[in-house]
Amino acid sequence: MSIKNKAYIVGIYEHPTRLATDKTVMQLHAECAAGALADAGLTKNDIDGYFCAAGDTAGLGQLSAADYLGLKTRHIDSTDVGGSSYLLQVGHAAEAIALGKCSIALITLAGRPRAEGMATGTAPRPPANPMPESGFEFPYAPATANMYAMCAMRHMYQYGTTSEQMAWVKVAASHHAQHNPHAMLRDVVTVEEVVNSPMIADPLHRLDCCVISDGGGAIILAAPEIAKSLKRPIVKVIGAGEAPKHQMGGKVDLTYSGAVWSGPLAFTEAGVKPADIKYASIYDSFTITVLMQLEDLGFCEKGQGGRFVSDGNLISGVGKLPFNTDGGGLCNNHPSNRGGLTKVLEAVRQLRGEAHPAVQVKNCDIALAHGTGGSLGTRHAAATVIMERG
Amino acid sequence: MRAMAERKISAPAVNLETQHFWDAAAEGKLLIKKCSACGEPHFYPRDHCPFCFSDKTEWVEASGKGTLYTYSVMRRAPIPYAIAYVTLAEGPTMMTNIVDCDLDSIKIGQAVRLVFKPSEGGPPVPMFTPA
Repeated sequence: MSIKNKAYIVGIYEHPTRLATDKTVMQLHAECAAGALADAGLTKNDIDGYFCAAGDTAGLGQLSAADYLGLKTRHIDSTDVGGSSYLLQVGHAAEAIALGKCSIALITLAGRPRAEGMATGTAPRPPANPMPESGFEFPYAPATANMYAMCAMRHMYQYGTTSEQMAWVKVAASHHAQHNPHAMLRDVVTVEEVVNSPMIADPLHRLDCCVISDGGGAIILAAPEIAKSLKRPIVKVIGAGEAPKHQMGGKVDLTYSGAVWSGPLAFTEAGVKPADIKYASIYDSFTITVLMQLEDLGFCEKGQGGRFVSDGNLISGVGKLPFNTDGGGLCNNHPSNRGGLTKVLEAVRQLRGEAHPAVQVKNCDIALAHGTGGSLGTRHAAATVIMERG
Repeated sequence: MRAMAERKISAPAVNLETQHFWDAAAEGKLLIKKCSACGEPHFYPRDHCPFCFSDKTEWVEASGKGTLYTYSVMRRAPIPYAIAYVTLAEGPTMMTNIVDCDLDSIKIGQAVRLVFKPSEGGPPVPMFTPA
């Protein structure tokens, strides 16, 4: 039993806003859903499966959102593991469609942390109701930035990775973002500018960190026979994998991510290898996140990520593995502090041949989207989705 | 740089499974859990062993000696501070802060020792300082 070729991505939409002071979160969800429906050539009442994450919707998440949007569905999924939730949901939607539990699935994401003035990365955000580990973590003031910084610090210690190497990830993203009119940061930056930007949490500088933005996006998946009846280019889901990684009872190892498990699951299901991937969307909460995930997905040897990302190797038209050609979270957007959904959107654009001409990958037949939800420094869910042009 | 003012430490969330840990902390002791079925120590402490899933776990006092696994100094905070993971001599690695030292002198691999710091309205919290 496999999801390979059982579900197609038929509609996508990325909200153009980056600062939504004049809209509610649910308004953004609705606008994203409407945009994806228009892209697919479908209407709201065609949707029979709805996927959202409780974290960026009000009330009881899924139910509140389904009520607001006026959805009548036969499949419900509110898997929430942070920013990678939407990558898991693509896999789950493909499973549900493969089993006939639904035939047209909608996934939405929206949020407005920028309008709300959240200190997303630098202030601890303890949950309203303590988790079992909370007492052993929040007194130490874990924020988002210093948790990823501890991964970077250990990677540098263990493998000799340098700040200049990590900076190349941001440099590549900025080269792509200059072509995206919606990107928050469109200026091309240099390695020197990254390493000379203010230190946030050693060794991560301001330009090693993703943006804080409002916005959102939506994805519609459909059964193959429906997809073929629509007018958009065909994009098939051919493999998906997911895995949690945590502190393992105190056997903490911050040098790798759950991609070491989710990657092989997705590659095996898809029947492809890292060398077959023409374009990769890689969750870029921080530069180190990209470097580690590329290693763990098998694009290079463990510990060689720094060398791999250097010298423009991630820049479309320049390097071997074009990544995040929309500018990614580092330059384009990071709606609701969750970058998983937008990773799928740019991969679909690449497979459709609809990325910006300056960054479009030639003969892009197989693409990968991968993300980490939660925190690399404590516990996270890794999710990998592999897609193929029809 | 040495932080001039003391950062306020939020009170740890205490629950039924961890009350004993925090009661011991108030007496200056760092406890970990050890499984009497498989022999593995673990952290953070919980009722069931996360390795063999036995419920035969018991409290053990740690020596307070450890090695710095990794750290980061948060510069963008009202009072900069060092968050870290320290690997205890007994095996498990725990999240903590490195305190009472020059934050620019901290090094991965260095030996550290246990100190307790008061929290805001809660039990004292285990932290580490260069040994």
